[in-house]
Amino acid sequence: MELALSPEDAAFRDEVRAFIQDNYPAEMRVANPETDLSKEHMLLWHRILHKKGWIAPLWPKEYGGPGWSITRRFIFEQETTRAGTLPPLAFSVTMVGPVIYTFGNDAQKQKFLPRILSGEDWWCQGYSEPGSGSDLATVRTKAVRDGDHYIVNGHKTWTTLAQHADWIFCLVRTDPAAKPQSGISFLLIDMKSPGVTVRPIITIDGSHEVNDVFLENVRVPVENLIGEENKGWTYAKFLLGNERTSMAGIGRSTRYIERLKKIVKAEIPEDDPAHLEFIRDIARVELDVLALEATELRVVAQMARGIDPGPAASLFKIRGTEVFQNITELTHRAIGNYGLALREHPVSANHFMPGPDYGHTASEKYLNSRKLSIYGGSNEIQRNIIAKAVLGL
Amino acid sequence: MDIQFTEEQELLRSSVQRLLRDQYDLDARRRIVASEEGFSRKHWAAFAELGLLAAPFAEDVGGLGGGPLSTMIIMQEFGRHLVVEPFVETVVVAGGLIEQAGSEEQKQALIPDIVAGTKLWALAWAEKGSRFDLATVTTTARRDGDDAGYLLTGEKTAVLAAPWADHLIVSARTSGHRHDRGGVSLFVVDRRVANLDLQSFKTIDGRRAAEISLRGVRGQLLGKEGEGVAALEACRDRAIGALCAEIVGAIGELNAATLEYSKTRKQFGTTIGSFQVLQHRMVDMFIAHQEALSLMQHLSLSLGASDAGVSRLASGAKSKIGYSGKFVADQAVQLHGGMGMTDELNVGHYFKRISSINIQLGDPAYHVLRYAQLDAAA
Repeated sequence: MELALSPEDAAFRDEVRAFIQDNYPAEMRVANPETDLSKEHMLLWHRILHKKGWIAPLWPKEYGGPGWSITRRFIFEQETTRAGTLPPLAFSVTMVGPVIYTFGNDAQKQKFLPRILSGEDWWCQGYSEPGSGSDLATVRTKAVRDGDHYIVNGHKTWTTLAQHADWIFCLVRTDPAAKPQSGISFLLIDMKSPGVTVRPIITIDGSHEVNDVFLENVRVPVENLIGEENKGWTYAKFLLGNERTSMAGIGRSTRYIERLKKIVKAEIPEDDPAHLEFIRDIARVELDVLALEATELRVVAQMARGIDPGPAASLFKIRGTEVFQNITELTHRAIGNYGLALREHPVSANHFMPGPDYGHTASEKYLNSRKLSIYGGSNEIQRNIIAKAVLGL
Repeated sequence: MDIQFTEEQELLRSSVQRLLRDQYDLDARRRIVASEEGFSRKHWAAFAELGLLAAPFAEDVGGLGGGPLSTMIIMQEFGRHLVVEPFVETVVVAGGLIEQAGSEEQKQALIPDIVAGTKLWALAWAEKGSRFDLATVTTTARRDGDDAGYLLTGEKTAVLAAPWADHLIVSARTSGHRHDRGGVSLFVVDRRVANLDLQSFKTIDGRRAAEISLRGVRGQLLGKEGEGVAALEACRDRAIGALCAEIVGAIGELNAATLEYSKTRKQFGTTIGSFQVLQHRMVDMFIAHQEALSLMQHLSLSLGASDAGVSRLASGAKSKIGYSGKFVADQAVQLHGGMGMTDELNVGHYFKRISSINIQLGDPAYHVLRYAQLDAAA
């Protein structure tokens, strides 16, 4: 399904498509780019996009964005995901960048924004804590003022790719007496500061994506505070709202469905009754994607006309993650007995994996995708948001 | 239909429970899984010592005569502790096949070593493209001279526990075409012979399996030539009884852990168990457990009585209990949030174990169809 594009936008789409075709690094096409690439390899595409001026579609032109319309941003998102390119690090470009140029001061903008665009700084997100998952406003990490520094103590968790990070943006409590939402500040912390420790968390797929980050008497210069003290919750919500449409993951789901079809064709002969069952299940999930994509296009068209999509992000998050979980499950089932095997991490060519290449990551994707209905506000929380904000319940 | 367990059966259960509680907690299991071999010979010896490896066999072959009910009792506890040692492969599958199809001589020669814990076994039935069909076999066996020997050539896939095994039972074609029910025979093969290649890999639930290549490997016929599929089907029925009990054990632990977590984990100023949406979810998990437990007992009783139609029931149970396990595992991870995704907590390990069982010997979708087709054929 496509947006009805003006000739100029259609030309832009062709340009993006050709650029990806000509420039996406071959060495990034590995079995599972999310787990198999080194930091340097992950940054290859980032740097190419930066050189082209396309690294930060969301950003205004004055800070280094390309100045695209909502439609063009959507086209770019669609083309890059359909082509299976590894998206630039969201914590840097999509999350902390907009917070800095919206709420930061000039010194902060000058210091951080260019380094985000170039990929020189890798950011991670210090939001969740062991006691604060869905209920983020209860963060307990403390920042106490000491002259021109804050002394920070606390424990952040589920910190994605913190093992590579140069900086962490943190929600910290600066006023323990205030109501939960009102005592929070938004602080930027150098990961090289004494007192910062990163501990890997290995997940059920065997990969190392997330971490605990311990902060012990970390001295943070006051100049690293974003905006006003105790206003951090406003900035945090702004950041969470920034993801909007991308949560639906249409491009990725479409790609995985195409792959699933090929696997079923290769693995299950047409006279096996399982074949019919699979093509019906695949058609069903394809229709889920089609309906979601149609919804996304409708919302994008409304946004282009200046209409606020409201809590559309919650709908996209719920359905996008459910659909993708379903696709990874079907893929895992499609490879039959080979689904018993799980690649060992860190990945090495010395570890034998049975069966055809297309099945080698099916188990780990199936396991890893369980996180989707949990992170970024669990799907239960997203349903609460719709119940409250849309249905008025 | 509730089973009144005998004193002997209760004793079996409590002794397995005691052994696993003392020696097989999650840390102990973690060390076993991470070890070079990936399973524990010490624990295997303890199982033998306790009589677990003898439990289901008839007394005349050196067993304790406990039958499928003793397997059920043992496997439920093994499921609770995520035991990795090849009890199903060695005792239930291979031992069961030898007891059912073997000659008197083979029974006397092979079963005592299983019971004593000195020999481990695996069953190589699946092939590339066979998916879950026991009759799709292209590996061939031809007679080697005048004696009872055969030479086997072909490729077998995803053979669970093969890297640990001393012997394999291999299905191979002695006549007929690729999908024919008739013409498949079973052979006992020494796993360590030169012209048998084995490529090991790790499974999603922390066990070991292998791809196996046979190039003229000597095999000894087990059961009647050409009638291997029927023997394999009966063997699969018993294995399903064991695997269903294992899932039920895992479901019980997942539900207990999730309930406990929901009563202690606080968000938004209250325990998450106070949210109605999660209460209803946990009620459905409870119902899934009750149904699975009942069906497991029903199947084990039918296996013990060798009821007509037990094979259809086995497929039904594999499907229904498999789906129940999948539902509970999904929800247990979801309700534990990020913690459910970690290698550190037991919840993810149960999730993976159930996912693995749901592939072994046919997934729930395969078996629900077989259940329907056997009804239509009756």
